[in-house]
Amino acid sequence: MSATAHAPGDGHAPDHSKRDFLKLVAASSAAIGVGAIVWPMIDSMNPSGDVLALSSVEIELTAIPEGQGITAVWRGKPIFVRHRTAAEIKESVDVKLTALMDPQADADRVKAGHDQWLVVVGICTHLGCVPLGNKPTDMRGDFGGWFCPCHGSMYDVSGRVRHGPAPANLPVPEYAFMTDSRIKIG
Amino acid sequence: MVGLHKSEIKNPVINWIDTRLPLFTMMQKEYGVFPTPKNFNYFWNFGALAMINLMIMIATGIFLAMNYQPNTAMAFDSVERIVRDVNFGWLLRYAHANGASMFFIVTYIHIFRGLYYGSYKKPRELLWIIGVVILLLMMATAFMGYVLPWGQMSYWGATVITNLFSAIPVVGDYIVTLLWGGFSVDNPTLNRFFSLHYLLPFVITGVVFLHIVALHITGSNNPLGIEPKSEQDTLPFHPYYTIKDMVGVCVFLLIFAMLVFFAPDYLGHADNYIPANPLVTPAHIVPEWYFLPFYAILRSVPSKLGGVLMMFGAIAVLFVLPWLDTSPVRSAKFRPLYRKLLILFVVVTLVLGLCGAKPPSGIWVVIARVCTAWYFLHFLVILPLLGKFEKTLPLPESISNPVISVGGGPLPGAAFAKPMEKI
Repeated sequence: MSATAHAPGDGHAPDHSKRDFLKLVAASSAAIGVGAIVWPMIDSMNPSGDVLALSSVEIELTAIPEGQGITAVWRGKPIFVRHRTAAEIKESVDVKLTALMDPQADADRVKAGHDQWLVVVGICTHLGCVPLGNKPTDMRGDFGGWFCPCHGSMYDVSGRVRHGPAPANLPVPEYAFMTDSRIKIG
Repeated sequence: MVGLHKSEIKNPVINWIDTRLPLFTMMQKEYGVFPTPKNFNYFWNFGALAMINLMIMIATGIFLAMNYQPNTAMAFDSVERIVRDVNFGWLLRYAHANGASMFFIVTYIHIFRGLYYGSYKKPRELLWIIGVVILLLMMATAFMGYVLPWGQMSYWGATVITNLFSAIPVVGDYIVTLLWGGFSVDNPTLNRFFSLHYLLPFVITGVVFLHIVALHITGSNNPLGIEPKSEQDTLPFHPYYTIKDMVGVCVFLLIFAMLVFFAPDYLGHADNYIPANPLVTPAHIVPEWYFLPFYAILRSVPSKLGGVLMMFGAIAVLFVLPWLDTSPVRSAKFRPLYRKLLILFVVVTLVLGLCGAKPPSGIWVVIARVCTAWYFLHFLVILPLLGKFEKTLPLPESISNPVISVGGGPLPGAAFAKPMEKI
C-alpha cells in the first residue's frame, strides 16, 4: 500500500486517477442499484396479470340487424359493432380520399369478405365523448354514421371523421373473425 | 439583504438556491465536515441502517397501498393478488414484510449499542428518550401493519392486544369499543388501522429528524465513552463514515436479500395464510418475533391489569434509564461488572422471547417469571447500585492517546496515569 503513497520530492501533481476510477465505479454501481430498486416499483404500476387477462372479449354478431349497431365493452371502452347495409358499404367505398379529413380507404377499415361489419372504438377523437348513431332513431349526423353531441363532430358509415372538431377517424381495434358470426377483439 | 445567509458554494445556480434556502450548506455542515469521533466501530452503523430501512418500508408500503384493499371482504384476497398478479408484487410484499423484521433487528442492535456504551448518559438523555419514542411508534406501526393481511394471526393478534385496554379500570370497555369502532375487531377496525399504519411512518420520520438534530447538538458518543478533546480526536463524516456506512449497507442488503429471496416466510407464521375467522381461535396465538419478549412479560403476571402494566412498564423503564444508571463512567469497556450483567440482560431478554413463543404452561411459565423479574431487577435495582459500588477501570486520557505512540516506542505509560474522568 505504501508503495503508492506520494514519495517526497516526486515533483508531479498527486495522481488521482485511481481515486477517480473508484469514484466512477462506485457511482455507477449505485446508479445500477437504484435502477434495480426503482424499476420494480414503477413496473408494479403497469397493468397486472389479472387486468391483462381481461384484455380480450368475444362478440356474437347474429343478433345485430342490418342498419343497426351495438355497443360492446372492451378494456373499459365502448366498441361500436355496426351491421352495414349494401348501400352504406357502396357509399363508403365511393368516397374520394381527397374529400376526407383523415384519408383512409374503407377497405382498410374492415376485414375482407366481411365488409358489412364495421368495428370501431366508440370514443370521439376530439375530447372523448361517446357519439350517438347506433340506433336508426339516433341522430347520425350528415354522413349517416355517428354524431357526437358534445361539440358536433360527424363520422360516416366507415367511422371516418367528416366534420370536426375531431381530428381523426374512429380507431379500428385489433380483432378477428372466429366464425362468420363471432368476432374476438383484443 | 443584511441578514441573508452568505453561501460559500461556487456553482452559481446552487449558490442562488443556497442563499435563499441553505439546504446545501446545511448538508455540507451536518454530513460533510461534521466532526465525528474517529474511533467508531461497526455498532455505529446501525442508526444509518435504520434510516435506510425506514425509507425502504415507506417506498414498498406506498406501492403496496396502490393495490391493497382495506375491507374485510377483500383484504386477504388483495394481498394474494399483489403477490400473484401485480408486476413485482411478490417483491414488494416480501420486502415490506421482511423489511419490518430487519427494522427491528437493526433497531434492537442500535439500542444495545446505546446500553453498552452509555450513550443515554448526560448530555444525551433527551436523544435517548426521543429514541424510545421512535421505538414505541415502530411497535404501533408494526402491530397495525400485521393486521392488514387479515389472516388468522392478524385478526386474533388484533383481538388480544386491543382487548388489553379493557384492563383499565372504569373506562376500559369504553376505550376498547372506541378503538374497535364496533363490538369486536371488524371492518371499521381494519379501515382505521390502515389509515394509521400509513400515517405513523411519516410521524416516525419527523421524530427521527428530531433524533438527529439532538444528536448533532451533543455530538456522537464513541466506544471509549470519553468526549473528543480536540480536532485530532475526530474525522469529517464524509468521506470516512459515508464510506463505512456504505459497507454496512451492503451487509444489511445481503442479509435482507437472503430473507426476501430465499426464506420469505421464515419469520412469519403459517396461520396467517388462513383467512381470518372470527369464530375459530388458533391453538397458539403468537405475535411476530420482535414482540415475543414483551408478550412473555404480559403473560407472566397472573393479573390482567398487572400483566398490561408490566408489559408497558418494560418500555417505560427505558425512558428513565438515564436517571437509573448512576455510574459516572459511560462505556462498558471500562465497567467490567456492568459488561457481564448487560450480557446477562441480553440473554434474559432472548430467553423471554423464547418463552413468548411457547404455550404458557409448565416450565415455561416459571422461566418467564424468573426472567421478567430479572428484567426489572436489572433496571430498577442493579443499575442504581452499580453506579455506587462498581470498581471501574481507569479511563484513557483521550480518544487519540491510546493509539498514538511517541517515537515508535511502546505506548507511554503516562496515558493511563490520570485519575478517573468526571463526566
